[in-house]
This record gives sequence, C-alpha cells and structure tokens, in this order.
Amino acid sequence: MDTQPLIDRCERLYRDIDLGYVQAWKQRTGGKAIGHLPVYVPRELIHAAGLLPVGIMGGGDDVEIIRGDAYFQSYICHLPRSTVELGLAGKLDCLDGMLFPAICDVIRNLSGMWQMMFPDKYTKYLDFPQTFNDAGREFYRLEMAELLLELEGLSGIRATPERLNRSITLYNANRRALAALYDLRAAEPHRIPTSELYLLQRAGNVLEVSEHTAMLHEYLAAARVSHRPQRDNVRVVATGLFCEQPPLSMVRAMENSGCYIVDDDWVLGARYQLGDTPVGDNPLAAIVDAYMNGTVATATRYVEGDDKGAFLVEQVRRRHAEGVIFAAASFCDPALLDRPMGQKALAEAGIPYTAFTYSENTGQVQVIKEQAGTFADSIKLWGAVS
Amino acid sequence: MSSAEVLKEESMVLQKKMLGEHFDTLSKSRENGRKVVYTFVPGNLNELILAFDLLPVHPEVNALQSGMRKLSGDYIQEAEKHGHSEDVCTYVKCDIGMLKKGNIGPTGEKLPPPDLLLLSYTGCFTFMKWFELLKQEYGCPVVMLQVPYQADGRITASQRAFVARQLRDVVVPALEQVSGKKLDEDRLRELLASSARAEDDLVHVWESAKHKPSPIDAYFGGVYYIGPIFTAFRGLPVCEQYYRSLRSEVDYRIAHGMGPTTPEGELRQQKYRIVIEGPPNWTSFREFWKIFSDEGVVMVASTYTKVGGLYEQGFRHDPDHPFETLAEYCLGCYTNRSLPTRVDILAKYVEEYEADGVLFNSIKSCNSFSAGQLMMLRELEKRTGKAGAFIESDLVDPRYFNAANIKNRLESYFQMLEAKRQAA
Ligand code: SF4
Ligand code: SF4
Repeated sequence: MDTQPLIDRCERLYRDIDLGYVQAWKQRTGGKAIGHLPVYVPRELIHAAGLLPVGIMGGGDDVEIIRGDAYFQSYICHLPRSTVELGLAGKLDCLDGMLFPAICDVIRNLSGMWQMMFPDKYTKYLDFPQTFNDAGREFYRLEMAELLLELEGLSGIRATPERLNRSITLYNANRRALAALYDLRAAEPHRIPTSELYLLQRAGNVLEVSEHTAMLHEYLAAARVSHRPQRDNVRVVATGLFCEQPPLSMVRAMENSGCYIVDDDWVLGARYQLGDTPVGDNPLAAIVDAYMNGTVATATRYVEGDDKGAFLVEQVRRRHAEGVIFAAASFCDPALLDRPMGQKALAEAGIPYTAFTYSENTGQVQVIKEQAGTFADSIKLWGAVS
Repeated sequence: MSSAEVLKEESMVLQKKMLGEHFDTLSKSRENGRKVVYTFVPGNLNELILAFDLLPVHPEVNALQSGMRKLSGDYIQEAEKHGHSEDVCTYVKCDIGMLKKGNIGPTGEKLPPPDLLLLSYTGCFTFMKWFELLKQEYGCPVVMLQVPYQADGRITASQRAFVARQLRDVVVPALEQVSGKKLDEDRLRELLASSARAEDDLVHVWESAKHKPSPIDAYFGGVYYIGPIFTAFRGLPVCEQYYRSLRSEVDYRIAHGMGPTTPEGELRQQKYRIVIEGPPNWTSFREFWKIFSDEGVVMVASTYTKVGGLYEQGFRHDPDHPFETLAEYCLGCYTNRSLPTRVDILAKYVEEYEADGVLFNSIKSCNSFSAGQLMMLRELEKRTGKAGAFIESDLVDPRYFNAANIKNRLESYFQMLEAKRQAA
C-alpha cells in the first residue's frame, strides 16, 4: 500500500493552524473540544467526558508572530509566544477550554495569562505529583476527580465507569500501536522514516483517538513490508524535545544527516505512560495508578534516588543506539538543566553524545544537519567508546 | 553621634553579628557534631529544621552573596565550563561554580557539605533540578516536599492536606533520621510562636512605607530586612530581637519625618513613590540602587521581598496547628501565586501605598518571576492608570547588567512621571 496519501494528510493536519479537523468534528458531533499543552494530560478523562482532546504544541514554523512577542521577553522559549499568537488571532476559538499541565514555570505562568486573556473560557492548570508516595497518589486522585467533574460540567456528559473504561481501552490501543511503530523503527529504521513517524504522531494531537489508532495500524501494516533502501546510518536517540516541538524541516534534517533516530521524546504525552491502564471497577483509580506506577523519566519530572540518567542509558541500550543527540528548545530550563546530568550518565556508560538548541521556528536546519552529520561520522570513525 | 545614627545601626549590626555567628557555627559543624541541611528560601521549613537542632544553608543566599562580592561571574563561567547552558538560571550555576571552586562561603570560610538536601520546592520548578544536580555532587540523601501551585488564586483543602501529609509522612522522618532525634512538638510550637511575633513586627515595617515620606525603602532596604526571617533565624529569639529593633528604628524615623538610609545617606527628598516587581540585580546592587536614590525614588512596596511570605495579607505561623501552618506558609509564598493574583497584589500595593508608578525588573534567569511579566504590566497600567516601566537584568550574571541601558530607560520613565505630574 502507498502510505504517501496518509502521510500527506498528516502533514496537512500538522500545518492546519486553524484546526479545521476540530471544527468539523464539533460540527459533526455537536461535542466540545479541549486544548492541552505539552507534555502529558490524561486524555482518557477528557474523552470519557465526551470531549475531544486537542494537543496544542505551539505554532511551529508556519505562524508569523505579530502579537506574541509583545508578551514575552527575548529570553523565554518560543512555544508560549506562538501559543499566545494563535489564541489572540482566534485560531483556538474552536476550543472550549485549555489545560495547562505542570511542567515548567513558563507553562504555569501561561495558565495565568490565559485566565486573564480569555476570561470566558475554561482554563485549568493541572498539578501532577512529583512525589511518588501515598500522599502524592491521594493528591493526584483528588485533582483528577475535580478535573473530571469540571469536564463533565463542560460537556454535560457524565463519565460513567463504562465510558471511562471504554476510553481507557481506546487509549491503550493507541499507545500499543505507537509502541509497535517505535519498536519497528528501532528494529528496522529504514522502514519508517522518522519524519513520517513524527507526522503520524502529530496527527494524534487532533484526530479522534480511534481514527488515529486506525491510521497508525494502516501505516504499520504498510511499513512492515515497505521496500526502502537501508543506509549505513548510525543509530541515535534524540532527547530534550518533549515540550516545544521541532519543526518538520529539522526532523528531516536530522534524519538526512546520516542518523537513524531510533528513539526520541517528542510528542511525548502520547507515549508518557509505559504500559496499559487496566480496565475495571474503578477506572479513575486505574488512571491515577498508571501515572504513579509507570511513566517515563523526563526532564519535567523529579527523579528520586541515585539513578538520574539511568532511564536515558537504558533507552540507548534497549534500542541498541550508538549515541545520543541532546536537542533542547532554546531557553528551556528543564531540558537544559537536565542535560549535564544525562551527559554525565552517558559518559559513565561510554555513550557518545552531541548537543544543540533549536526553536520551533528555527531556520537553521542546515547547521543542525551538519552537526548531526559530524556526530554520525565521528561515531562511524571511532565507534561508540564501549 | 546623633541618636538617629545609633538607632540606624542597631539592627544592621545585629544582623551582621547573626550572620557571622551562623557561618562560624557552620564552619565548625563537623567538629561540633552538628548536622547540616541545605534548603531553599521560598517556603522554607526553618522552624522544623531548628526543632531538630539542624543547621540550614541556603544556596540562593550564597549565590546572591557571591553576586554582591563580585565572585558570581567566575562561578557562572566555571559551571558553564562543566557543561551548564548559558540559558538557565544563574543562581544554580553560581552555586555549582562556587562548589567546584571549593565551596567557600560569604565569610571566607568553607561551607560544610550537606547531610541532607531538603527540597521544599515552592513557586519554581528549577529548585527540583538544582537539587538533582547537587545530589550528584554530594551524594547525600534528598527529601522532597512538593508544594502545589495556587493556580486558582486560593489554597484548596486537598493542597493543604497534601503538603501537611508529606511533612508528617516523609519530611519529619527524614529529619529524624539525619538528626537522630524524635520531633519535639512543643519545641516546634515555641519556634512557631516566636516566628509569628517577628512577623508582626515585619508587617509593621512594611506598612510604614504608607507614610510620607516613607521611612523605608521596601526594596533596596527591604532585601536586608528579610534576611533573618527568610533564612536561618525565623523562630529564634534573636530574630524577634532583630525585628523589634528594626521596628523601633522605623518608628523613630516616622516620628522625625526621616527617610530611609541609602548608600548615599538619608533619602530626604522623595520625589517618586514606586512599587517594584521582580528580584534585584546583585552584581551591581549599589549602582542599581543609586540610579533610583539619585532621582529621589523610594520603593514603597515590592514583591520580591514576599518570596518568603506575604505576611501583610494576614498569614502568621500558628503554633496551634504546626503542620497545617507550615503547609499554608509554603503554599502562600509570592511566586506560588497565580498571575492574576500577582496583578491583584501589585494593584493593591499601588493603591495602598499611593505609588506614582510601577516598575518591573525582569530577571533573565528567573522564569518563575519573569514569564508573563509583560502582560502583568499591561494589566496593571490598565487597572491603576499609573505608568509602568520595564527593565531587564539578571540576578548574579554580570554579563546581563547593562547600566547605561537601564539608566536610559529609567530616565525617560522618570521624565514621563514628571510630565504626568505636571499635567495632573
Ligand atoms: S520549551 Fe521548556 S521552558 Fe518552554 S514551555 Fe516548554 S518546558 Fe517550559
Ligand atoms: S528560577 Fe528564579 S526562583 Fe527559581 S531558582 Fe532560579 S532565581 Fe530562584
């Protein structure tokens, strides 16, 4: 099967800053839609309350910033300014509310700006536990119960246990399909160009979950038998891109530089949870437990214990990667403060790395391509240290 | 020597002595078998730390002191040499650079390494990263107290319960372990009661700025006034003594129609009363202050001096409910307030302190303060009708203090205030 039309559709969705899909969905179903910023939100809850969760990840490189810059100093990352731009330009009008997950001070403060900018819209800051004990669990349970009540109020649909279980099942299937794609890319990277996988993931920001899962399956089936030439690329993990997203041109530049990206952390929310959420009598508790018991270690999360960086090293090992690219959004405190710790863990494990910064509208992809290319060459020449 | 000068000096002399003794005790902590806890200023648990007879160290205070002593530039570069990005909070880099260069504290004596890192993370995510980094450097245990954010402008029951429960379940056991002592709740209550008395006096000092002329500068002077209560001394008799003495000095100045003391002497001619948002620059602190005092500007209220508690809004440590009061304290610090609340607070200051304008010192390092400040300024101008100004600098990175630029901006701002006044 030719996957090009499917990828073309994903690219159209990626570039559609007017959220045409969301508008059409609302018209078709009469339902409401809720935007959420990166990284993670429990989309099952939104879905069970009959709402369409819509991932808003800044404006990418297609949005001209006219108003947004007046809201942020030059030393603040790009994502909030393009998000404000989209909001003020009316591009997010089809969203009936916005969720701001607790990931950094910028997003946190943006939630307050949103309250002031759009006083008539539902705006919610979601605090997540950073402490993975009983106190954290109880707090999170109460937070989620409150969120669910508010979402139900917004949609007028009660998220019964049946509805919650159905949403859990749908998101489990979505996570599995994505995991299968990631596994296949790691095993045979030439079958799944990273830029295509990226577009598929970005499509999941807007598409209704079952439609997205079907799309992933369709692509997966085709990829398994695809005939693309295998290149002599080095295998790398890309990390640090969990919030402000790289522009498609940068993803393409990275993969055309002689690197096979065999794991990454962009559009991380969809892969934040490591396993399934069990279906059962108390689905809300199951969603809470899934968060508490098995999520990824990313820079926006506090890592208890002495194994800082262990997650990254493990990821490299599991994916048989030969090196790591630290790509952080400029001025992204979580990513940049985390970086030396990740690098220390890699150095101790003898894994080479390189690092650069970018922004969602970065025009400097040639520089990035060259840096990634030099990194790939050095690995080919000298090999990984161990 | 006039009685005014004697009075002026008493609290400053006392603070200097307190700090000297504290750092001396710290440097001898190993010999004396005292255990050391590193912890952060906003929402700190000083009474609890003292109840276990532990000695606190505040990395931000070390950083700001390094800034004032012109050492921070080297420290920051040292951290950058070790792979830290140019783009992140310079307090963290200054602290790490200081550590790499021998961990010599502000009094020239070596600081002891921590026996515990008490990560009470209030109002800023960077604190988490900071102690993750220090944990790698020191290899000591860390205990985390998560303080949720007041996103809806109020403390919810579940937030209060969450913090109090962590204190009981996690923080107290960790402190018991490191100190080898059981918590003495009576001692904790005593300390909390003492804090409340000092807090009363501090509020009196802040509110004195409603007088004209203001007897204090609530920012440049204010950063000294918060020293004892935001750090190692809250809960101790000497802290109460400090605030009693400060209060009487301020009362004396009111009674004699006096202004605050600046590095250039008493600020008598107070031309403009300004409310200020954001931390100061420490590397050129005096130069920064002088720009204002030369123009007869007095800061009548500031938000930076509330990062360790908004006492003037009524909060006092309550000895009858030790855990709940500590929880409420942590939750209530300034940077843990939502942006709309921060605008409310500033608007109230402008009104209550009859300010002529509001100034934002936007700090490159500090997203917690800075992200959203441009919008806050706009909202404030709308709500108060007062003119606002926006300048940019950094806490401890001398590369980001451009005196000429700041001066230029402020000069035009003061001219605008003057023009507004003439027109009124
Ligand atoms: S890119 Fe980094 S600093 Fe910016 S909003 Fe995202 S996490 Fe925060
Ligand atoms: S970002 Fe701001 S509040 Fe946070 S540690 Fe740095 S200076 Fe302090």
